[in-house]
Amino acid sequence: MSLTRTPLTPTTWVPAPVRSYSHFAHAYTLLWRGSLSTTILVPILTLVALGFGLGSLVDAGGGFDGLSYLVFIGPGLLAAAAMTTAVEEATYPVMGAIRWQRTYFAMLATPLTAVDVLIGHLLWMLTRVLMGAVAFFIVLLGFGVVTDWQGVLVVPFAVLIGFAFAAPVTAFSATTDNNESFAYLYRFGIIPMSLFAGAFFPISQLPGWLQVVAELTPAFHGVELCRGATTGTLSWSSDYVHVAYLLSWGFVGLLLAKRAFTRRLVF
Amino acid sequence: MTGRPEAPELLITARGLVKRFGDATAVDGIDVEVRPGEAFGFLGPNGAGKSSTMRMIGCVSPPSGGELRVFGLDPQTDGPAIRARLGVVPQEDTLDTELPVIDNLLIYGGYFGIPKAELRERATRLLDFVQLADRATSKVDPLSGGMKRRLTIARSLINDPELLLLDEPTTGLDPQARHVVWERLFRLRQQGVTLVLTTHYMDEAEQLCDRLVVMDKGRIAAEGSPSELIAAHSSREVVELRFAALDHGGHASALDGIGRLEVLPDRLLLYVDDGDAALVAVHGRGVTPTSVLIRRSTLEDVFLRLTGRTLVD
Repeated sequence: MSLTRTPLTPTTWVPAPVRSYSHFAHAYTLLWRGSLSTTILVPILTLVALGFGLGSLVDAGGGFDGLSYLVFIGPGLLAAAAMTTAVEEATYPVMGAIRWQRTYFAMLATPLTAVDVLIGHLLWMLTRVLMGAVAFFIVLLGFGVVTDWQGVLVVPFAVLIGFAFAAPVTAFSATTDNNESFAYLYRFGIIPMSLFAGAFFPISQLPGWLQVVAELTPAFHGVELCRGATTGTLSWSSDYVHVAYLLSWGFVGLLLAKRAFTRRLVF
Repeated sequence: MTGRPEAPELLITARGLVKRFGDATAVDGIDVEVRPGEAFGFLGPNGAGKSSTMRMIGCVSPPSGGELRVFGLDPQTDGPAIRARLGVVPQEDTLDTELPVIDNLLIYGGYFGIPKAELRERATRLLDFVQLADRATSKVDPLSGGMKRRLTIARSLINDPELLLLDEPTTGLDPQARHVVWERLFRLRQQGVTLVLTTHYMDEAEQLCDRLVVMDKGRIAAEGSPSELIAAHSSREVVELRFAALDHGGHASALDGIGRLEVLPDRLLLYVDDGDAALVAVHGRGVTPTSVLIRRSTLEDVFLRLTGRTLVD
């Protein structure tokens, strides 16, 4: 055979970040089976265990905010799952793409830039959050947790939560060289947030100073939005604050990640 | 400069190119020119600045000083346009090890925005070229080191590059695998692809390079074709003398003046134009080695002379 020189193919209309995105999407289409059970089964199991099991005790005591515990905790769990998925996708996969499989370096040998690589991967992380959120939303519908048409907004809200977490965590992962730092991130950041930021019980149950801390976490604002949506109590005049707060975490994280990627990949 | 640099005379031009990392200077003002169609090598010990130079040419490392042009374009401002025409074989494989062989080519071609149908056709052709067609659907992980290297080479050709950058293409491969890689690279050269490679293997440099530079401590120590380098920096022949007793100092002084003499722990090397005549002279001095080897000078002699025998790291 011969490698005859063909004229250089002009690049297609596909935007550069989407080409980086396709890598992660393509890999997922081949390796998706492992994630399926966590996406579908975990929400069902948690809802049943907490909503019905623990819920029977809570409801006997009058429930929270006048809601049954299942209705209270459903959107909280969805928000927490969005956060967890975003953090999972933004930790080891980012470190691996820099240090182990070195996927980012393969991309940078092509016309893609560090920013294309970053945007592409972030979009993929949000896609994973979206997939989880849709599955979770269907489960919530099945359990009758969604009592208002606004409930469908939990899907975009979940993506917003994903952005607020994925962007700064990506910046963190591209900066650290030590995967033990992920253990600290979970221990002192993600796990406390999922426990105390209003997903499982109202933060009004916390001592005053802890309420302030909880209100500073992006998780709290995500939970508030999701619960407002499923219970139909969203009020744009006040709840826009939650959206703005999550967006600012996302965009600050994006700037930090851009700087971290450029330093780490182009040196 | 007039208008668009469509067909530059030189594919790569570097003038006084410098790369610093903090206080350390990895590349210390080198001048390099690479012409279309040639195979150009950076030869040097570890830490000589070869990979740093390659990364600058590959537009993934901004130069700290000097001037660099690739295809007549500036890597600082035209990185993506330059990389669209480059093929890169990095020192460490960056394959998607959990994915099938052919998917590696398809995904990588996707980064260039090559349309799907054409990509599939090219991927099949390239797997054939690197003799991996029968492994197209197997995963990358279980492939041998040589197969992974060939896959990386196939991948680097997916955009039909004008210039192929290879950073230590055969390091870590067994002799058979190295020869297969060399043979494929030779074929590419015949097809007009310009090769730029780094290596610390002399045989690789002699096999593949029309022209090379010897780098040491960030500078260019010598430049030329392999035979020019041997002519300029070594003698035509080398006489290797071994002795039963290790009185190298005594022998060395007895042999003074026959040719350039190098004393090694296990043998003496005499760099001379005529090995047989030199050996007669050695015997004439009353020196009787237990074994004698007369051989032609190699690039390795040049390399060791220019970069020293002591370890740099």
